[in-house]
Amino acid sequence: MSRASLLALQLMVAVVALALWQLLASVPLFGKVWLPPFFFSNPVDVASQIVKWFSTGTIWKHLLITLWESILAFAIGSLGGVLVGFWFARQPMVAAVFDPYVKMANALPRVVLAPIFTLWLGLGIWSKVALGVTLVFFIVFFNVYQGVKEVSQTVRDNARMLGMNERQLMRHVYWPSALSWMFSSLHTSVGFAVVGAVVGEYLGSAAGLGYLIQQAEGVFDVAGVFAGMFVLSAFVILIDIGVTLVERRLLVWRPAAAEHRD
Amino acid sequence: MENATPKATPTAKAIALEDATVAFRVADARVYTAVEKANLAVADGEFVAIVGPTGCGKSTLLNVAAGLLKPAAGSVRIFEQPLTGLNRQAGYLFQADALFPWKTALDNVAIGLEVAGAPRAHALERAQGWLASVGLGGFANRYPHMLSGGQRKRVGLAQVLIRDPKILLMDEPFGPLDAQTRQIMGNLLLELWTTDRKAVLFVTHDLEEAIALADRVVIMSAGPGARIIGDWRVPLARPRDIFEVRLDREFHALHREIWAVLKDEVMKGYTQSSQVAEAG
Repeated sequence: MSRASLLALQLMVAVVALALWQLLASVPLFGKVWLPPFFFSNPVDVASQIVKWFSTGTIWKHLLITLWESILAFAIGSLGGVLVGFWFARQPMVAAVFDPYVKMANALPRVVLAPIFTLWLGLGIWSKVALGVTLVFFIVFFNVYQGVKEVSQTVRDNARMLGMNERQLMRHVYWPSALSWMFSSLHTSVGFAVVGAVVGEYLGSAAGLGYLIQQAEGVFDVAGVFAGMFVLSAFVILIDIGVTLVERRLLVWRPAAAEHRD
Repeated sequence: MENATPKATPTAKAIALEDATVAFRVADARVYTAVEKANLAVADGEFVAIVGPTGCGKSTLLNVAAGLLKPAAGSVRIFEQPLTGLNRQAGYLFQADALFPWKTALDNVAIGLEVAGAPRAHALERAQGWLASVGLGGFANRYPHMLSGGQRKRVGLAQVLIRDPKILLMDEPFGPLDAQTRQIMGNLLLELWTTDRKAVLFVTHDLEEAIALADRVVIMSAGPGARIIGDWRVPLARPRDIFEVRLDREFHALHREIWAVLKDEVMKGYTQSSQVAEAG
């Protein structure tokens, strides 16, 4: 199928879905409105809400806050994950001792930590960053750990026979391998950074997309909730496109088959 | 037939294994003796091929010479010095893919010089030269996954040779390649080797390849407790062409002679490995 016709079909799905939504929310069918506007709003109201946010400029503040929280959560979580992942992979003793606690911490649904972080760090951005960090950290940590562990024995022997010392092994062998694993999970970890930020905002904050959605919900403004959701989706898709671009540059050495993943 | 014990050579010995025994700890605290009391000497500038049935410990012997494995008993001497730790004089061409997948062909070749402290520009220049001499001058910026199996072996060869090791250890390096590519690689290897005659220890399961390439062919028995059971000098003249040399009468005579010894061991090795498979 050509690109153009695929795009046309994709657009058609959106048009049909929106048209159905608008129709069922405004025109009675068999003597009944199937999507009562109070619960489902309608596409026109949602669109006008979005237009209003952007034309008045109120949305930018919230978008920037959420973006900033996501970036911080991703950066801090990744840094921690890389450092601890490397440390554990090179010190099997340490890894063995901490193993049950790592599993325990990772098994915990992170949402329950939100109230604690709010208590500790207040209603500002840092409680959201902390929530994102707990999500990002484990993904990066497990991948870096695996990346260092998975270097093949042959490649390691070859490196040593070529005269590498421990430090050079780190730089030329373990580090690139760990990075490749970390980048292969980039979509997931960036996604989780955003999840952490938005969920944190939703549970208690004064700004951000999560806050916007929560406020709309509080006054039964269904159009506002849907509008917030659409803006959030677009935001995540834009970030994901950015990640894909970064990934293409950094993983040129990977066989193409490895790029087909979620 | 030349006799079965390694002969003392007048030139310096690049590698000398004396009564080297290699054992591994396996499950249930048992010990598996892979190689028992192996005596093997490779003279400086000599090309020695080790042939033996699958799983006889040929690679183990090579790893001992490389210093990657320590023998449980016996001694390893490299240029008359006892070997401690890794063998710094040796280059090792592995059977499996050993290139760094995240480095381009050029960087893969240059790395050996870089880690030794050569300036990067110099290392890259030399690497480009080596890529050209293995016939891959135009592939410098390819990553290993973009190269064919034969091309990867060429890069591997350049990666090892750029460091100019005095000893070359090769573990079935052309094993995964198809028959034609193997012969082409064999000729390339001989061509490069002729320019500066390093000591070579070449492990293979292919007797024809061994005779075509080497000065001496050493036969190992089937494991466990594999021993060296035969040692033949190859009387074929150099320079050799691998395609041509196989048609030589002397080649056939020697092949028949060695195969008579090797066949029994191959059958023994085969029965053992199939028994293990059934038991496991």
